[in-house]
Amino acid sequence: MHRTGDLYGQFQTLEQQKETATLGMWIFLVTEVLFFGGLFLTYTINRSAFSTAFGIGSNTLDITLGGGNTVVLIMSSLTMAMAVWSAQVGKKKLVGIFLIATLGLGTVFLGVKAIEYKQKFDHHLVPGRGFDMKYHPTHPMPGDDPKELALEKKEVEEAFAHDPDINAHAQLYFSLYFGMTGLHALHMIVGAGLLIWLIRGSFRGRFTPQYNNPVEIVGLYWHFVDIVWIYLFPLLYLIDRHR
Amino acid sequence: MQSQLPFYPEQASNFAPQVDALMLFITAICVFFAAAITVVIVIFFFKFHRKQPNAVGIAFHGDSRLEAAWIIVPLILAMAMFGWGAVVYVDYRHTPQDTLDVYVIAKQWMWKAQQPNGIKEINELHVPVGRNVRLVLASEDVIHDFFVPAFRVKMDVVPGHYNTMWFRPTKPGRYHFFCSQYCGTNHALMAGWVTVMEPTDYAAWLSGSSGGNANPVVAGEKLFAEKACITCHVPDGTGRSPSLNGVYGAQVLLADGSTVTADDAYIRESILQPNAKIVARYLPLMPSFQGQLTEEQIFALTAYIKSLQSQPIPAKGAGIAPPTGNK
Amino acid sequence: MSNTPPAPDNELPDTHYLNATYGSGIRSWLLTTDHKRIALLYLASVTVFFFIGGVLATMIRIHLLTPTGALVTPETYNKLFTMHGVAMIFFFLIPSIPAVLGNFLIPLMIGAKDLAFPKVNLLSWYIYILGGSFVLYSFGTGGLDTGWTFYTPLSSVYSNSAVTPAVIGIFINGFSSILTGLNFIVTIHTMRAPGMTWFRLPLFAWAHYATSLVMILGTPVVAITLLLVGLERIFHLGFFNPALGGDPILFQHLFWFYSHPAVYIMILPAMGVVSEIIPTFARKPIFGYAFIAGSSIAIAVIGFLVWAHHMFVTGESTYAALTFSFLSYLVAIPSAVKVFNWTSTLYKGSISWDPPMIYALGFIGLFVIGGLTGLFLACLGLDIHIHDTYFVVAHFHYIMVGGAVMGYVGGLHFWWPKITGRLYPESLSRAAAVVLFIGFNLTFFPQFILGYLGMPRRYHTYPPEFQVLNVLSTAGASILALGYLLPMLYLTWSMRYGKVAGQNPWPATGLEWKTDSPPPTENFHVTPEVTWEPYDYQNRPDLGLAAGAKPLAPAHGDD
Repeated sequence: MHRTGDLYGQFQTLEQQKETATLGMWIFLVTEVLFFGGLFLTYTINRSAFSTAFGIGSNTLDITLGGGNTVVLIMSSLTMAMAVWSAQVGKKKLVGIFLIATLGLGTVFLGVKAIEYKQKFDHHLVPGRGFDMKYHPTHPMPGDDPKELALEKKEVEEAFAHDPDINAHAQLYFSLYFGMTGLHALHMIVGAGLLIWLIRGSFRGRFTPQYNNPVEIVGLYWHFVDIVWIYLFPLLYLIDRHR
Repeated sequence: MQSQLPFYPEQASNFAPQVDALMLFITAICVFFAAAITVVIVIFFFKFHRKQPNAVGIAFHGDSRLEAAWIIVPLILAMAMFGWGAVVYVDYRHTPQDTLDVYVIAKQWMWKAQQPNGIKEINELHVPVGRNVRLVLASEDVIHDFFVPAFRVKMDVVPGHYNTMWFRPTKPGRYHFFCSQYCGTNHALMAGWVTVMEPTDYAAWLSGSSGGNANPVVAGEKLFAEKACITCHVPDGTGRSPSLNGVYGAQVLLADGSTVTADDAYIRESILQPNAKIVARYLPLMPSFQGQLTEEQIFALTAYIKSLQSQPIPAKGAGIAPPTGNK
Repeated sequence: MSNTPPAPDNELPDTHYLNATYGSGIRSWLLTTDHKRIALLYLASVTVFFFIGGVLATMIRIHLLTPTGALVTPETYNKLFTMHGVAMIFFFLIPSIPAVLGNFLIPLMIGAKDLAFPKVNLLSWYIYILGGSFVLYSFGTGGLDTGWTFYTPLSSVYSNSAVTPAVIGIFINGFSSILTGLNFIVTIHTMRAPGMTWFRLPLFAWAHYATSLVMILGTPVVAITLLLVGLERIFHLGFFNPALGGDPILFQHLFWFYSHPAVYIMILPAMGVVSEIIPTFARKPIFGYAFIAGSSIAIAVIGFLVWAHHMFVTGESTYAALTFSFLSYLVAIPSAVKVFNWTSTLYKGSISWDPPMIYALGFIGLFVIGGLTGLFLACLGLDIHIHDTYFVVAHFHYIMVGGAVMGYVGGLHFWWPKITGRLYPESLSRAAAVVLFIGFNLTFFPQFILGYLGMPRRYHTYPPEFQVLNVLSTAGASILALGYLLPMLYLTWSMRYGKVAGQNPWPATGLEWKTDSPPPTENFHVTPEVTWEPYDYQNRPDLGLAAGAKPLAPAHGDD
């Protein structure tokens, strides 16, 4: 279907086009809820079955980095909403600025995530061969706080006594950790791509009060990805936290 | 009742006549509706065949009373089918107390059954007629299913936990049993025979059977000592862990205040994941035996612990919940 | 009403979507965003998978002629039935009617120029091809022997077959389904022509709306579940592996949460087809329009609540079993409502015996048997006997083959003139429908008896007393195969040599019949404006039919 101006050929009016695109994005987000939902369900069931393993798994996550990331992402939703607003009131220059800010904050999030992943890799906490909860407490890395490390060692040993299969069960925790945050990060990368596309459009002055639907629906997507993180953070980082 | 027509297997258990009656009931309803709809459609198809090339039909848009009728009547019939089926199922899932227990282990691609006195069978199951039989099912690998068509019963055998099923054979004879949950290459070969015998014949078979397999209670008692269970679970209650006298089938008081019935599943869990449920006033000291015992050894230990039912329960040092008036 | 005069009835229109001005070279097909061309892309690909699944079925039935099964080894047999299930369910049945007929017809039926998202539509097809390629790769490099149900730990730990590429392929293919469903829902909401209100929509559209709800809500769950199985295989994780503390029953819950509603994805569109064919060939409005539309939605909703009826003998709690049995009986009611309404539509109709009508009636006959036998399986006391036996195999083949495939083939026959502009040999196609009906019954009815006698499913060998019924079943399969082969031949033949159909050969009342056959790329030369009720043969002088006797006063004073 060919496009004349902003109107794609299958539509009668711009209003219809906007309504359609928006409904399409909402329905897509519903499918995403179900998609993540399966993982959330699996996590919840496994958490209640293996609370010890999941507890010490949670404790290996860095709450500062995780909390910081949460703030970063919430702020990025703010800048995204500002971008949508700017387009709606015709402040074309601001649209680009806010979109870039959103992209920047998203990139910060992904960078912090990469740091966390690397840490897990170094601590032998990636599921598969080589996974070992005991590795980090017995192989201190530069920059580790000895008191923290001693606490961690004690916890891991207690957990092993409680549940001899702790490595297998903790692997479930980390599989879900990588699976859920990885899937989330993938969605953020896609979101980043969409933002780049929008930024290019905004520099060409595409988004006006009459035509700003792309910004709005990418905004919907971005907010959804943010909400998923807001659920992930307490589930993965905060439950059973005592360090 | 032997089936004259080859439409259903022999009826050889207490469930078979119930299931067949249920089947006939549902078949009658279905045949009625299928026939009625077919007849009506065929009649309409011919009676209202287009007379002239341009003729149209007479419009009837709908009729709420008819719609209500053909919603409510099927609903009532459906509830009848549901209800009767539920009654049979609840009976099936509620094992009676006085059962002859046979432990059945499924593995790719064979069945091992262990009779109460320790006799083991491979791909065979001997049971006495007229007695409630309970099968405790365990799998060593994938999901299997124990199915006896003549008894009209089956139950999945799921690795990682026990399933139980029960039946009462009503007719001596030899009947197929099949594995009926796809389990890999030789799923179709994982079948055998259930032999239902008169009680005297069964008793004779039990004692006369060659092989002199160890009584599982004896094997279990040996394991109990070998694995050092006895060092903590001292029978007179003076050990670090509760005495196991009288515990099988009793209510156990747990550290969190709740009670649980000490059945086969509880005993298995206590051996493999001892810290899942801690008995009140005891410390979580027991190591796990996950990976150190085969399913058969767990059965043997369970049989031994069951045999301790009649032993005197020490006043202090058992985990049994005080009776609350009602058991 | 369109202002462009239709092409004269004995000639194809000069330009239409097949020979459209942007050319008919391979690029214009592979990069098309025209929903009609995409429908044909799907037609070709689902037919390929149907053929593959059919060959596998033929081998299964031949192997089962003898109790010891001399055709193939046990390993191969297990791969045959697994691959038959995967190919047929994921790559034929689920896409068939929605992706072929739905894609082609929904914009036409609602008066739109295309679906809401034409490029997403093309993406759906490519995703389907990608997913299918992974699965074919799995078939070709060792095959798959886990059963299409992938129960763990057999699939995640013990099987030595090519499980990982297969689950990846099915995972990818799920997105094809999701995007198609998304497209349909949005299209039906926002792209209807002026005057096309919700209650003037053809029931085919309602059926696809309900189907799409199931597609978008259920498919993501099975996608994630199969992904977890793949990860479990690759990284030796333990979600579903009891040796590592996992739970095989969790897999079953997650799997069936989609796979039960999936069967409604397969049957609802076929019911939509039948709801179009019956009023057309009885030349009167459907009886109980609102009830048929509502029952589609009811089936979609209640269908999500019954999944654990596949697990009655896993040792699930008795309370759960009671709940799911009860709900399974409830879900049967809306289907019964449809059958009664279709039958009532025939009353005082002006019934022709055109081929689509024969297929529709065949559907009703076979679906009734299939649906009624579901009542046996929903019954807890009976299911402990017939679960996982040939009774189940017979039940689902009656619904999926006797129902869904017959609906698909009937729908192809009904809309073939619109899609290709041509008619096909009438007597031959009626005969083919009858051959299909007879062959089907002969193949699958004996399996109900086999199941009650105790023959389990997925068996490469069986006790000799089951042989007679197996032989009957295989004999029927050979007739069934003929019933499928015939349409493949004469429909192909008709594309070149069939009589020109004209705009509205039957005639039917839908909006799709008010444009050329085949339609122009933009579907309608002028956007239609709808002022009539669906299936209103009385008030459509443009159809060129007699108005018939004056209509009786509505039977009980209501509509």
